[in-house]
Amino acid sequence: MMHLTAFNRAEQGHILTPRLETPFHERLAALSETNEWYSWAGYKAPHSIFDTELEYFAIRSTSALFDISPMVKYRIRGADAARYLNRLTVRDVAKLGIGRVHYTAWCDDHGHVLDDGTLFRLAEDDFRLCCQERHLPWLLDSADGFSVEISEETAEIAAVALQGPTAFAVLEGAGFAGVETLKPFQLAEFPHADGSVTISRTGFTGDLGYELFAPAKAALSLWDRLWAAGGGFGLKAIGYDALNRARIEAGFIVANADFITAEAALHADRERLPDEIGLDWLVDPQKPYFNGRDAILKARTKRTLKHVLVGLEIEGNIPAEGAIVYHRGKKEVGLVTAAIWSPLAKRNIAIASLSRPFGASVTDNLWVEIYAMRELQYQKLMKRARVVPRPFVKLERRSATPPGRF
Amino acid sequence: MTSFDAIVIGGGHNGLTAATLLARSGRKVVVIEADDALGGAARSFEFHPGFVSPGLAHVINRLDSEVLSALEIEYATARAAAPTVALSPSGVHAVMRGAYGETIDGVSRDEAARFADFRAKLLFQAGIFKRFLKRRPPEVGEIAFDDLKSFATAGLHLLSKGREEGRDFLRMLLMNVADVADEYLTDDRLKGVAAFDATLGIHLGPRSPTSLLGLYYRLTGEVAGATGAQVVAKGNGQSIATLFDAAATKAGVAIRIGTRVEKIVADRGRATGIVLSTGETLTAPAIISAIHPQATFMALTDAAEIGTGFRRAIGNIRTRGNVAKLDLALDRVPDFPGVARADLAGRLVIARSIDHVEQAFNPAKYGQFSTDPVMELTLPSLTDPTLAPNGACTLSALVEFAPYALAGGWEKGKPAFLKIVIETLERYCPGIGASIVATHFLTPADIEERYNLPGGHWHHGELQADQLLVNRPINAAAGYATPLEGLYLASAGSHPGGGISGLPGLLAARQILSEKRA
Repeated sequence: MMHLTAFNRAEQGHILTPRLETPFHERLAALSETNEWYSWAGYKAPHSIFDTELEYFAIRSTSALFDISPMVKYRIRGADAARYLNRLTVRDVAKLGIGRVHYTAWCDDHGHVLDDGTLFRLAEDDFRLCCQERHLPWLLDSADGFSVEISEETAEIAAVALQGPTAFAVLEGAGFAGVETLKPFQLAEFPHADGSVTISRTGFTGDLGYELFAPAKAALSLWDRLWAAGGGFGLKAIGYDALNRARIEAGFIVANADFITAEAALHADRERLPDEIGLDWLVDPQKPYFNGRDAILKARTKRTLKHVLVGLEIEGNIPAEGAIVYHRGKKEVGLVTAAIWSPLAKRNIAIASLSRPFGASVTDNLWVEIYAMRELQYQKLMKRARVVPRPFVKLERRSATPPGRF
Repeated sequence: MTSFDAIVIGGGHNGLTAATLLARSGRKVVVIEADDALGGAARSFEFHPGFVSPGLAHVINRLDSEVLSALEIEYATARAAAPTVALSPSGVHAVMRGAYGETIDGVSRDEAARFADFRAKLLFQAGIFKRFLKRRPPEVGEIAFDDLKSFATAGLHLLSKGREEGRDFLRMLLMNVADVADEYLTDDRLKGVAAFDATLGIHLGPRSPTSLLGLYYRLTGEVAGATGAQVVAKGNGQSIATLFDAAATKAGVAIRIGTRVEKIVADRGRATGIVLSTGETLTAPAIISAIHPQATFMALTDAAEIGTGFRRAIGNIRTRGNVAKLDLALDRVPDFPGVARADLAGRLVIARSIDHVEQAFNPAKYGQFSTDPVMELTLPSLTDPTLAPNGACTLSALVEFAPYALAGGWEKGKPAFLKIVIETLERYCPGIGASIVATHFLTPADIEERYNLPGGHWHHGELQADQLLVNRPINAAAGYATPLEGLYLASAGSHPGGGISGLPGLLAARQILSEKRA
């Protein structure tokens, strides 16, 4: 018989692994030189694997493997799946063809964004919705009155992003025949082991790239297949910090980093309409009714939008992360939510949330206040900022079909 | 496809009120009623050859004077208030006469004085509520000048009686009826009636917090200007349904009975018409749904046309009925020992004490019916002789507590509960069982089915603090307009609530009339 103390300890085994491990963890852990981990939706995810700087350049110069398994994934199936998603999300799902992917967002009744994400149409009545935050209660409540089945498949489906100029060459080398026909935002199934893997030409880097989805049990063999093929193409495993640089260059936003999702917001004034976080282009007033429609259109008509999300180019080369944005150097008008020195653009870039009219109709005379730490002393810099269009970096190879091998 | 200026879904008294008012403003209006006659809960029906029930509503106590004058209906001005007899098993009953016991028989002089204090206090406080029942609930965040004015006048009215009254109002507002009745009264029969009236049709016991609100609501009603008064409902040609039907017809409202609405047609946030069971489509810039909010949005409106949060809130309206309705056909006028013949034409209440009402409520919390139920009875044929053959009589009873979701189901529970109700009656009226010619018994499940009333709840949703005023039926639809432009609510599920008042219909129509025509 087990001693009571031993029994209690065994019962509490979960405290030894407070973070879940993704299906790729074994490979990541073996490669990790920095041993730098953070929590992504409850999973252990790498900040870096060996060197953020070099990992970033793998994305831009060769190719990079980034484990996106912690990304929250929902499967939505059923006769009403398209109708259901059309009511749920702001973009027109009727226009999303089978085998296509689109970026979209969804709002509560007040038009406040609950999250953004990608919607994959796997078949006529079969969709996968990928996002940052968990939404099962909202998705289930929304399903009332529709013939749909909704399940979360975050744990069941392993996913990895393969991004960079040699991404296609790696897939080709790994024997994914036919992958060259994939256009941006297109997906197809390819045989792998005794099953299959879904490959979409999507990504979060603004570069040529793919995302691969496979059952968790096929994760390691998939990784090994890519890794073996990638040897000659400079394939590296990377962590989030490198990816974050690439995504800022591409001008992509991250939920609960660049905006607060409506369900996470504790302060009433932190919630955002799509138009306040640069997602106005997703909203389709012509499509059938969707959650938040009235509020969004009313805010447009009555001109009550309060915020705007902009790209900034800032003089100098000190990243302005977390900096306050001023008008005329005095009036506080917003906050930088993400900023880097862009090695590719050779510019000091930032994503910022500003209070209208600043950033919308008033774009001149904007300044950011940067605190640069110089050997244990802050140097306060007031730098001029210019509103510029996103993405900061546009790469032709991202969308060229057939993709280049390099 | 036929087009109208306004379509009213549901020909109950609220639907007819809204329809009549809109028609009188020059609009082309149609009322669609699923049943084969108008009137809803206020409609009388023959339940046995020669015996007619006045309908679900057997006591009329809040028919609004503004509604009546707006509809040009003459009603009850000459009728004396019916008494309430607080039945006691001992046969020594207390009788509340006039408007909610202006005078009382059968109690001590001291108790009568205490009741007068109790009554005056409650009538005064209910009067403050009353100001808010006759107008659209204020919109939180967009308080209009009119709203401020009514808050201010209510406040001034309160202060005009002195600070003490103001404090007392705030003290009592959310109290339970049992504590208040205990404060003022000593007579269990009177306390029992107060406890019964406060909780009738509401899922609260007299000791549940806020249960006093139910009594306030009761005391905001009036008959012919007498607050708190009541009359027993008539039937056939003199039913409330017939009066409202006639007013609508006179105003030129088109009426379609025996026709179900299958669906409300909506697109991108705007309701444009309805599809009927006949397959026909009717269109109108204004569609007024005078049926239960859940029937409106869960059954008739495509989920794809309304927001997730809105639909969830509508689905969460608490609307499980608690009351069963009994109609008996009797071969003679029953004899309740101790009740004068004239008082038999009033309302008889079986609620021996606060404890009795509380104990009748207790099982309802757990999905059981009461084995010692409380009830109010009327003998409608004594008021309206057309309801029963010569020499015979009808009895109508509202019986509590009969929870909608009965554990074990009503199919099995109904005969058992009916037996209990008849046995209870027998105690106050020996021999009544032998005089029964026919029985017509509706549980909340039957009421739901028969009246298309989700939960079988005649208030169309619990009348409790969280579902009142700006939150009735839910905040996003509290002003009669709904998030679906062109679709309005006008049933008891909207402010101010249930009972035969016509106010939801009146206020909904006023809201539509106040808006620019689309």
